Formats: sequence, C-alpha cells, structure tokens
Amino acid sequence: MAPPARFQEIIDSESKIEPSDWMPEGYRKTLIRQIAQHAHSEVIGMQPEGNWITRAPSLHRKAILMAKVQDEAGHGLYLYSAAETLGVKRNDLQELLHQGKHKYSSIFNYPTLSWADMGTIGWLVDGAAITNQVMLTRCSYGPYSRAMVRICKEESFHQRQGYELLIRLCQGSEEQKAMAQDAIDRWWWPSLMMFGPNDSDSPHTEQSMAWKIKRVTNDDLRQQFVDMTVPQADYLGLRIPDPDLKWNEERGHYDFGPIDWEEFWRVVRGSGPMNRDRVEHKKRAWDEGTWVREAASAHAAKQQRRAA
Amino acid sequence: MIASGPQGMAAKALSPEIAELVSYGDDNLVLAQRLGEWISNAPELEIDIALGNIALDHLGVARALYTYAGEVEGEGRTEDDFAMRRTEREFRNVLLVEQPNGDFAHTIVRQFFFDVYSQILWSGLADGDDNTGAGIAGRAVKEAAYHFEFSSSWLIRLGDGTEESHRRAQAAVDALWRFTAEIASDEWLARVSSVFETAGLAIPDDPYQRVGGRDGYHTEHLGFLLAEMQWMDRAYPGLEW
Ligand SMILES: [Fe+2]
Ligand SMILES: [Fe+2]
Repeated sequence: MAPPARFQEIIDSESKIEPSDWMPEGYRKTLIRQIAQHAHSEVIGMQPEGNWITRAPSLHRKAILMAKVQDEAGHGLYLYSAAETLGVKRNDLQELLHQGKHKYSSIFNYPTLSWADMGTIGWLVDGAAITNQVMLTRCSYGPYSRAMVRICKEESFHQRQGYELLIRLCQGSEEQKAMAQDAIDRWWWPSLMMFGPNDSDSPHTEQSMAWKIKRVTNDDLRQQFVDMTVPQADYLGLRIPDPDLKWNEERGHYDFGPIDWEEFWRVVRGSGPMNRDRVEHKKRAWDEGTWVREAASAHAAKQQRRAA
Repeated sequence: MIASGPQGMAAKALSPEIAELVSYGDDNLVLAQRLGEWISNAPELEIDIALGNIALDHLGVARALYTYAGEVEGEGRTEDDFAMRRTEREFRNVLLVEQPNGDFAHTIVRQFFFDVYSQILWSGLADGDDNTGAGIAGRAVKEAAYHFEFSSSWLIRLGDGTEESHRRAQAAVDALWRFTAEIASDEWLARVSSVFETAGLAIPDDPYQRVGGRDGYHTEHLGFLLAEMQWMDRAYPGLEW
C-alpha cells in the first residue's frame, strides 16, 4: 500500500500514527506547532503559580503548590519529548519561544494577584486544560495521545486541589470570600478564551479534525467547560461575571454572553498584562543558566576524554 | 576567630525537649523556602524539577519535626504555629541556610555543605530510642543521600567544567565558608574535602567564622525571608487556608 493510503487507513481505523510512519508534511508541522505550544504553556505556566510559592499561607498549601508547579515542569518535559519524536530539538523550540515566534496559552499573560488565584487557576485553568486534553488523549498521533493520558491524571488532581482551596476560602471569612470572588471575576473570561476563537473564525479546525488531531471543535469544548463549571461555582456560592449566563432548557446547555475577542487577539499578539514579563523571565533564567549548561557539557567531555 | 552575638543575647529559649526538633525543623524550612525561590528560574527544566523536589523533601522534614515538637510540648502548637508565628529571634536555623540563593554555584555549595551535615546528623539519629524521631531521621537520611548525590555531582561539574564555572564555584565556597562552623565536624570536613579534591576546589585559608543561628542571632537575610513567608498569616490572623 502506498504510504499516503496507509496513513489514511490508520486515521480511518482510529489507530495511532507512530513516529516511524509516513505522514503528510502538513500533519507533521501542525503537530509540532501544537505540541510545542502546549509544552511552552506548561513551562510558562510555572511563573504565575511560582509567584505564590514563597508566600503560601500555610506549610500544607506551600507543599501542594510546590508539587503542582513541579508537575507542570514535568508536563513540559513529556511534551517536548513528544515533539522531539517529530524530528525537532527541545532547545530549538525554546529558542523560538524566546524570540517570540512561538506562542503559549494566553491565560498565562494575566497576573496572579491574590492567594485565591492559586485556587482559581487550579479550578478554571487546569479545568479548561483537562477539557481540551481529554479530547487529545484520542488524538491520532501516538506519542501525543499517550503523553496526554499521563498528564490528564495529574491535571485532574490539580483541578480538585484548586477547587478544594476555594471551598476553604468560600467557607471562611468575608475577606476570604471576597478574595475568591475577585479571582473568579478576573479569571472567568480569560479561561473561556483558552479554547480559542469561535469555530467560524478558526481556519485550521477543519483540517485538524480530518486528521483527528483535534476531535471536538473550540465552541463545543467551551460549552462542555461552561456546563461543567457553572454548578461548581454555584456550590461555592461564587457569582460568575456574566449577566447573560443562564440554563437553556431547550438546548440542554448553559447560554453565555459574548466573549471579548478584541481582548483575546490583543493578548495573543503580545499586549496582554504580562506577556513581556513572562517571556523576559524565561529568557533571563535561560541566559543566566548558560554558564551552568556549558559547565555540564565541558565536564562530560573531559570525563569522556579521561575514560578514553 | 568566631563571631557570635553579644553574651546573654539568646532570644526566648525553647524548652530543652523540643529545642533540637525545632532547630532542625527551622533549618529545613528555611532552606526549602530558599529553594522554592528557584522554581521557574533554574538553568534548565531538569534542574528546576530537581531543586523543587529537594525543596519539597526539606519542607516535608520541617513539617514532620514541627508537628512532632508540638506533640512533645503538649500545648497544642501546630506546624504553622512554629513556621508562621515566630519572630526572627525565635528561629534557630543555622546561618548557612538563610543565605540568599546567589548564582547557581552559591545554591549548590550551600546545598552541598548542608547535605553533608544532614547525612551525618540523621544517620546518628536514625537508630535512636525515640521511635517517632528515628522514623523522621530514617526518612531524612535517605533523602539527604539523594540530595548529596545531586549537590556533590553538580559541585564536581562546576569545579571541573569551564574556567567560569570553576571561578564561580570557588567564589561561592569562599563566600559561604564562614557559615560552616555551625555544621562542621571532623567527619563533615573529611567528606567535604574529599569532594573538593575531585572538584578541584580549595578550602579558604581565612579562619573567620560567623555563628549564632542556634541562639537566634541571625544574619540580616532571615528577616526578609520570614516577612515574605509569614505575611499572609500575619495579615489575616487566625484564618484557615
Ligand atoms: Fe500541566
Ligand atoms: Fe496542571
């Protein structure tokens, strides 16, 4: 069978494409872009939460937060490895991120301004990530789909921990409740934007769906997320900052108000509140670490010579 | 030449039964807090993860020791009472662990000095008569061995690697050596010297040493570390998180 026909057969039969299989150049490029963006998001996402590690209000919370940020670093590593199966190098991908040529999830371009943000990010941001990633466990590319299975388990744990943090605040003092409400007010709309533009404005969706990289459209994922999240907000006693939000009996879904796509594109294009800080932080850490990485390779080379 | 506090300046003394538990708890908490500052700042992802894991281990040891100290004391004090509600003068950690991260070489040298100390300390306590204490020590000694593996191998890489890394590693040793009297013993010196030999690093000639951590007579860095760590508990007293 000719390689393109074989590729199509694997896709049609819901099997997985593996690194050694033939694949169309567009498929490979789309995956590299998507997996790299995903990896960068995990790594950049360490910053907004890392921002609270030294200030966590109790040792128990400090331990949970530290472990969570470590998990995100681990997700970054698995995903860079998944991308490397497509013939690219982690350092080159990071370089593209530093140069601003690669994107990461725009949600991380917002600042974390209170302790409640740690709960809200776990609940909403990890929650939105899971909605997307559960779909990606069925992605046609084997290494990506397997990375997602592993990552999803940890993300569900993060989501529960975030929600549990908010329960504590919402059952606490007036100040704590106000802190939680302020956080959902700031994070709600950016979380909905995590699913990307409306399907009508998402030119790549059709091809990605045909290749079974993507299995559900942006708008359907967003709807799933809203349907899952609204009852959770109710349980917390938090108000979702959307006057149009209401249950639609006929559709069997929640209706919600229009998303501010101007804000979305402004942040994607680099003018969100924290875009510059995030990339500069990452570049600074990388540049300051150059001498360390050089020392490690110089030592390894010397060791090899000594052994020879 | 040992510089310590003026005589009689020890802060409110801890009761003798819990003094050691709390002092070692403070060492581990303060070091965990410092290592936590590295997260998202490390030279590469693998190092970020390793430093975070080490921080989590130290934090775990601190929590176990505080909790146990609270039980021994029997006045209902919790881990957070020890961590969040004591002042700079009441902390009993050695001065080494409160020193700022500096560059990666400073962090590695600080960690290495402390890891050698921890290995000796915990292996001495792991087969004591006190079951809970021995349990904590038994876990801590295993973790310390893994931390030592990380810090000593990095120290060797830095000492042996490039001219720059060697210069930075030696500069870190020179800067931190003055905080080692509180943790040094003959065995400590022997283990440190042996790694230094492989790494091509030298023990400084300068005999000056600064001590006082165990009496609550700290360097000026600890106050800022505590201010950051304790601010939420102090800003919202009595709340549950
Ligand atoms: Fe993640
Ligand atoms: Fe996560």
